[in-house]
Amino acid sequence: MVEQKLKATLITGRTIDQGVGKEMGKGSIEYFESSSVCFMDKADMIQLGIKSGSNVQVSSKYGSVIVKAKKTTRGASPGLVFIPCGLWANAICGDETFGMGMPMFKGFTVEVQAAPNEPVLTLNELLKKEYGR
Amino acid sequence: MTSEVKSVVCPICGCLCDDLEVTVENNEIVKMKNGCSVCEAKMVHGYKSEERILKPMIRKDGELVPVSMDEAVKKAAKILTDAKYPLLFGWSSSTSEAQRIGVELAEELGSALDNCCSVCHGPSVMATQEIGIPASTLGQIRHRADLIVYWACNPWTSHPRHLERYTSFTDGRFEKSEWKSYMQKMKGDASMKKVQAASKRIIGSTIPAMRPDACALNAPPQTMQKEGRKLIVVDVRKTMTADAADYFIQVQPNKDYEIIEALRCLVGDQELDVDTVGGVKVEYLKDVADAMVNCEFGVIFFGLGLTQSAGRFRNIENAIALTRDLNRKTKFVISPMRGHFNVTGANVVFAWSTGYPYALDFSQGYPQYNPGEFTTIDLLRRGDNDATLVISADPGAHFPKAAVQNMMKHPLITINPDMNAISRLGDVVFPTQWCGIECEGTAYRMDHVPIMLRKVVEPPKGILNDEELLKRILAEVRVIKGKNPDTETKAEVKERNKLAPRIEIKQRKKAKKVEVA
Amino acid sequence: MTELLIKNGFVFDPINKINGEKMDIAIKDGKIVHKVSGKAQVVDASGLTVMPGGVDIHTHIAGGEVNTGRIIRPDDHVKDVERKTAMTRCGTGYSIPSTFTTGYRYSRMGYTTVMNPSMAPLEAKHTHEELNDIPLLDKATYPLIGDWWFVLENLAKGDIVECAKHVAWMLDITKGYAIKIVNPGGLESWGFGHNVHSIDDQVPNFCITPREIVTGLARVNALLNLPHSIHLHTNNLGLPGNYTTTLDTMKALESVPYNGKPVCHITHLQFASFAGDGWAHFQSASEEISSYINAHNHLTFDMGQVIFTDTTTMTADGPFEFSLYELGGHNKWVNSDVETETSGGIIPFHYKKNSPVNALQWSIGLELALLIKDPWKMFMTTDHPNGGPFFAYPRVLAWLYSKKAREATLKHCNKKAQKKSLLPTIDREMTLYEIAIMTRAGQAKALGLPNKGQLGVGADADVAIFNINPETMDIAQQFKAARKAFKHAAYTIKDGKVVVKDGEVVNNTTPGRTMWLDVQTKDPCVIDEEMRRKFKQYWTIEYDNYPVFDHYLRVPEKLTVKASV
Repeated sequence: MVEQKLKATLITGRTIDQGVGKEMGKGSIEYFESSSVCFMDKADMIQLGIKSGSNVQVSSKYGSVIVKAKKTTRGASPGLVFIPCGLWANAICGDETFGMGMPMFKGFTVEVQAAPNEPVLTLNELLKKEYGR
Repeated sequence: MTSEVKSVVCPICGCLCDDLEVTVENNEIVKMKNGCSVCEAKMVHGYKSEERILKPMIRKDGELVPVSMDEAVKKAAKILTDAKYPLLFGWSSSTSEAQRIGVELAEELGSALDNCCSVCHGPSVMATQEIGIPASTLGQIRHRADLIVYWACNPWTSHPRHLERYTSFTDGRFEKSEWKSYMQKMKGDASMKKVQAASKRIIGSTIPAMRPDACALNAPPQTMQKEGRKLIVVDVRKTMTADAADYFIQVQPNKDYEIIEALRCLVGDQELDVDTVGGVKVEYLKDVADAMVNCEFGVIFFGLGLTQSAGRFRNIENAIALTRDLNRKTKFVISPMRGHFNVTGANVVFAWSTGYPYALDFSQGYPQYNPGEFTTIDLLRRGDNDATLVISADPGAHFPKAAVQNMMKHPLITINPDMNAISRLGDVVFPTQWCGIECEGTAYRMDHVPIMLRKVVEPPKGILNDEELLKRILAEVRVIKGKNPDTETKAEVKERNKLAPRIEIKQRKKAKKVEVA
Repeated sequence: MTELLIKNGFVFDPINKINGEKMDIAIKDGKIVHKVSGKAQVVDASGLTVMPGGVDIHTHIAGGEVNTGRIIRPDDHVKDVERKTAMTRCGTGYSIPSTFTTGYRYSRMGYTTVMNPSMAPLEAKHTHEELNDIPLLDKATYPLIGDWWFVLENLAKGDIVECAKHVAWMLDITKGYAIKIVNPGGLESWGFGHNVHSIDDQVPNFCITPREIVTGLARVNALLNLPHSIHLHTNNLGLPGNYTTTLDTMKALESVPYNGKPVCHITHLQFASFAGDGWAHFQSASEEISSYINAHNHLTFDMGQVIFTDTTTMTADGPFEFSLYELGGHNKWVNSDVETETSGGIIPFHYKKNSPVNALQWSIGLELALLIKDPWKMFMTTDHPNGGPFFAYPRVLAWLYSKKAREATLKHCNKKAQKKSLLPTIDREMTLYEIAIMTRAGQAKALGLPNKGQLGVGADADVAIFNINPETMDIAQQFKAARKAFKHAAYTIKDGKVVVKDGEVVNNTTPGRTMWLDVQTKDPCVIDEEMRRKFKQYWTIEYDNYPVFDHYLRVPEKLTVKASV
């Protein structure tokens, strides 16, 4: 089976659930559930052959991460994927600043593919994996 | 033992809502009124979570081990003085009293000093330095604004009470709340959905909506002729704020600059020879331009969608230029949606003590400023600093991976109330009080209005607040450097003054060339 | 208990009518006393000029507006830095120095008391936080209340007593010192992008005119027995032909009962004395203005002198800054309106000698100072940083005491401006006594600070000693040497401690006090439910969070005033 890959533009940012989650504590279940997700358009999900709630791998040239796919609830936005800001999003964000101090958090190209057999890492697991602590 | 505290200030986002009513029972917050869901998460649950750090810790053999405050302070001061070029980063969730000490510490260390602004609204500050900014306090907007534009921001989720307290859904002296009409719209939408669903069931296809759906890409204009406050949202995706809008413009990612430029042309009565700009039909932009020119008092709020996408500070500069152009026709202001509750304060405090708002360097004995050089991500990227102190921030969760990996190559000191991602990574981990819950202090709202945070409950025993902790570290640093001004003799002072000649005289000569009296 | 004896200086103390007499000044515990014991530390001032510590009645050094100016001007800071020493904190200049640098630089020039003239009440906490970080100086700040809705509403109703109570409450709650009025009515109009253009224009939505605001608040000031008069920035400031508005305002203030104490201080008069019907026909109105002032006694003024340099203009007069921006040639414009209270604006500005307007502005400031005969009426300021940064004061003084210095500058000025300037016709050269009035005694008197600006027994031991020997130095001829002496004080003594010696800070342990007025009205302004409700309507912060709490003043000095209402 040929693995379907989707080229998309990634935006990271706040969601209200992520906001609540971070205030509950970075180790909280609320934070994990609200931040380790990727919002996608319905059409894109059909193309990848996945459902809301299945795991996907999002990769950029800076890294890749496993998150849960979720269908965007409002409006069509094919080709646009959204990951709430946080540890999972930052695993694929670049540290290039173009001389302005601001790294790449929004509007760069990523690839999304289904990863049904890969687990979404928790905060502690991800810290261990990326930083060894 | 139950007590009610009124007019409590919320220490979370740049809105600094100060009307919370908090119920305290046995030194615990049990209930609160008026806050948003994020506020409630922190004030009622988060602040007392089990993730709270209760003792200072030092990493020994890879594990964090609890130690005494003295030992941790000594260790931290040693790390900072041993380093050739430390970096002090964070500050956005601290009080300005603590930030003041932070500047003093950075001066003493000759270190780099930066705040969270460099990864949120740093580009906005840079744009302001290019072109200025026509702004106002939020109350001015509440009283007067009849056109509100949210550009590349989503206050419904990032600043949940912004609309309710300061813009569309609040009553001002000259403009009234649009809450009722919003509710009607929502009801209308809901019943329309029911009709649609029913028609689909009965005749197998949807009947066209009475009111065109604003969420469709490049939707036709909503009724912009309505009386009262109008709300326009411009964003790359349909957000909850966009749902509430009278008019939603969906732009393609990284195309904001073009759209703003097009609007500037239209506001300046120029014709555009193209049909679409940045994925938006020019006729829709014309509607927006008309609304902007014809309002009595308009405001643009912009968010990280502008500062973090392509163009960075040029986007903001152009948006400010648009606002300035509009002031030639009507009254218009523009305001960044600052994130953390005191990130504005960090800019304010740094600026009054050094002249510069962020991206500071003290290695020459005087303040230097250069975003792109002394901004944290750039320092980390180049590997310039050889120790880091992070206070009231979580770069562990909010910096790109590569930046954190570079930070981890050198000793890391963290000061945070709870075990967030960066505290988990620290070598010396300090606990601290929750500003605005366990200790008071000043914070600056997104419009630079200072508000005093209140103390609502007592902190756990033995935990210092940011200001006290930094003062102790600073004192220890001075002891190590042998620079205690209180015990220094006059001869020593004189000697030191000789060692640190002021370059001011040279500089003044340069300035003289400019003035020539 | 510390004692200090300043021996054998030439003392200039105009309030006590001492004009260059050789005498000793004794200091004990921060106050001037008759005599001290033999153990007192001696400062040898023989051959030096001794004056009271300098007082600045109008200088923008702290607060939201000033700090926004700092934030937008890295280009200004990079050319002028102050390195950290063991004694002092580092910082930057140039036109808007950082707080610590501000304190050191004032102190190096022999100044000990400065007044921050512009503070939006809503942002008062910010101003006080900054004032705390300005060392070596006593400070106070004036809240902007000329366009405050409570004032407009009460004055429109004609209820002057109610207005007075609210003003007393505001001074107390913001820890302010005087009533500051900027472009009365204009700032409220600017809320919707408009302005008022004469003192009889109606303020939109409020049924009141600038004339009623100014005279009303002058009466309020008298009812409250405030030490300073109202502090006024006039309408139409900075526009050609505005001198008629200034004259109208001064005449309107004649209606306020005058009992020997000035009823109003009109600030930066230079910017309010323009004639001509457009920038092309820009003229000086210093003759018209000064002849009125010479014939009347109910007002005081300060210069707002222009310096030829790159500076930053900042004022609560938002509409003025926008019109200045629209003249073109400026790269940045900041506007900062504050709900219910005021507005504001900032523009970097370069005063150039070859500009006909700037050169004439420079001339107008000096013409006014020299044509107004009584130095007790006209004080030396640059409206820092609007006319130029405060550390250019020695240069302004040189122009005042030396015709030669004026000529040296005038000959480099724009030719058209040279023709229009009255300076060649003015021969007056100020004496050290007059300089002491314009920089210390007069300002302290106008501010109603009995312990400042003088060296009589009981006064604060704030002393400035300059390296000028009046017996051997002709300051009018040797203006450069005298200018240098004023730039680097030989000694500055604050509260009886030598803080500056030979132009260098030698003691940085004096934070300076923040003075504020506790105005006691017979019945205080009642904060009832009605007022709280109004509060919720008018502002976006709660009543409980509005006041400047005590801890915001590191070293407070409460001055109690008994009001007549």
